[in-house]
Amino acid sequence: MFGSNLAPNLGEVVAMILFGIGFANLLLQKNLVKKIIGLNIMDTAVYLFLAIKGYIEGRAAPIVTDGVQEVEAYINPIPSGLVLTGIVVSVSVTALMLSLTVRLYKRYHTLDLDEISSRLKKEGM
Amino acid sequence: MAFVQNVPFFSIMLSMFSGIVSSVLSEKAAKRLNTAVILVIGAASAWLLVWLMRAGGSYTFMMGHFPAPWGNEIRAGALEAGMALFFCIIMLLSMWGGRKKLFDEVEVTKHNIYYILTDLLLSSLLALVYTNDLFTAYVFVEINTIAACGLIMIRQNGRTIEAAVRYMIMSLLGSGLLLMGICMLYDLTGHLLMSNIKERVAAIMAAGTYQVPLMITIGLVTVGLAIKSALFPFHAWLPDAYGYSTVSSAAMLSSLVSKGYIFLLIKIFYRVVGFDIICASKIPNVLFLFGLCGMIFGSISAIWEKDIRRMIAFSSVAQIGYIYMGFGLGTTEGMVASIFHILAHAATKSLLFISAIGLTDVSAGSRKFLALTGSAYRNKVAGVGFSVGAFSMVGIPLFSGFVSKLLFAEAAVLHPTHKMMPTLIVLAVSTILNAIYFLKTVVRIYVPEKQEVEMEKGYFRVTAGQQRLYTVTIILFILINLVLGMMSEPILDIIQTGLDCFA
Repeated sequence: MFGSNLAPNLGEVVAMILFGIGFANLLLQKNLVKKIIGLNIMDTAVYLFLAIKGYIEGRAAPIVTDGVQEVEAYINPIPSGLVLTGIVVSVSVTALMLSLTVRLYKRYHTLDLDEISSRLKKEGM
Repeated sequence: MAFVQNVPFFSIMLSMFSGIVSSVLSEKAAKRLNTAVILVIGAASAWLLVWLMRAGGSYTFMMGHFPAPWGNEIRAGALEAGMALFFCIIMLLSMWGGRKKLFDEVEVTKHNIYYILTDLLLSSLLALVYTNDLFTAYVFVEINTIAACGLIMIRQNGRTIEAAVRYMIMSLLGSGLLLMGICMLYDLTGHLLMSNIKERVAAIMAAGTYQVPLMITIGLVTVGLAIKSALFPFHAWLPDAYGYSTVSSAAMLSSLVSKGYIFLLIKIFYRVVGFDIICASKIPNVLFLFGLCGMIFGSISAIWEKDIRRMIAFSSVAQIGYIYMGFGLGTTEGMVASIFHILAHAATKSLLFISAIGLTDVSAGSRKFLALTGSAYRNKVAGVGFSVGAFSMVGIPLFSGFVSKLLFAEAAVLHPTHKMMPTLIVLAVSTILNAIYFLKTVVRIYVPEKQEVEMEKGYFRVTAGQQRLYTVTIILFILINLVLGMMSEPILDIIQTGLDCFA
């Protein structure tokens, strides 16, 4: 039946919708800060997707407690590791984008990328 | 294990640590360290290449003593070593050719940062070339993007910052898609190492389940890397980024950064998905179509352009189109032609950027087409360099561009499908369009300018003796072009050997 896969995969669906929202914002917004917010939504959607994929119902975070060492007791740790790496990457990229935005704002006193472009064309350099 | 097998690991680490060390060095020391590191890595890669060609095959290098499905791996074959060597040569020459301009355009206090960024760029390129792990590849793709963004905006003016922002936005869209693709691929296969994924993908294809998600995944990865390497509809950031950054940056961006992504895509095609599966899917058709469009529209935009740097940048769009068209043919011959074109374009485009800067400098810094009249007489070395680059891009025999065009045509004819006629027609049209704007420029720079006009506008002459490093760079670039153009057999042999051990 159509949609019968929806309920078990709700998290993935949400992740994909968020990814789309973030992607569209990064691509289509004129305001630079909104673009950066879009970038963060997009990246976060990927982490949500990874976290859901690594999660196994009824198991604990992969930190050994009470001497339990069976694999069956814990969730898959690799996606969590990937999420951590991804967060580091996205933080540095966001910082770079924000610093560029500050530079542009100081020079042109606007956050609208299209307006900056048209002003640059008028300057004719 | 032979000692030479450590070369990939050491070259990545050496360039990365030299970047870190450069941050506390003086400008001069950082410059020397940068040159030394590129030379050492180039020599080591050449050694590795010779060793691999003798020993044959390829090998994987285990990182941190964790065996295959768990640990991280580096893999080297003839193609990887060759690419590393080539990237080092082009990077060294680009740095030399733009050194004088760097002093004019960038504050001396920032030179340190420039060398740090170059070292990081080199290390990320080497990692993209050598890595056997998809997530490592993603991380280094991002490092590459950040380094490239820094290279664009190191020259501070409104244009470059705007170009850097546009570049970052497009790149981040691309890397978002790439990351999503890699995560979904991990979800489907349960592995991150390329060889493990390939086994699982083959099993998925044999079982006939999850075909649609697999295709979507491959599509996401391909589109992500295509956006990052400026395939035709995604090239809007390119002319500004290449046109206004300092010349070494422009040369490295066009010839190295985008090529790094393309090389990663080739690796994914061969080592992650398997070339047969790619060819059986519809993905090559899409790449083929966009490649053809890029070849035509890039050249048309270049014809309209009045600014020489932006013209060369638009020509890059057309050349990236050639490379993707080769992918789109979906045959090994097409792939070989594309890889050769990566080399030919990298060698030629950096030569063009660097000689163009010589021409504009003697024309009172004006990049307008009319101001360049007679500039080849004012700076003879740059004039010769630009002519060689232009002839190569147009595809005149003796130069590298001719060989790649020949290879593309052969690849199209050898496997006559419905793609043969479009390829040949578009190749011919694109060659004519290339000839229009490049030969027009060559004629323009060799038309003598009246002496009164030269005096009035403040044009001056430079001789080869006044710009020794620049002259040496241009001569070396011309030599590389001639080697690629006249001795293509051994290079094609390396490419073929490398591709064979990819599979």
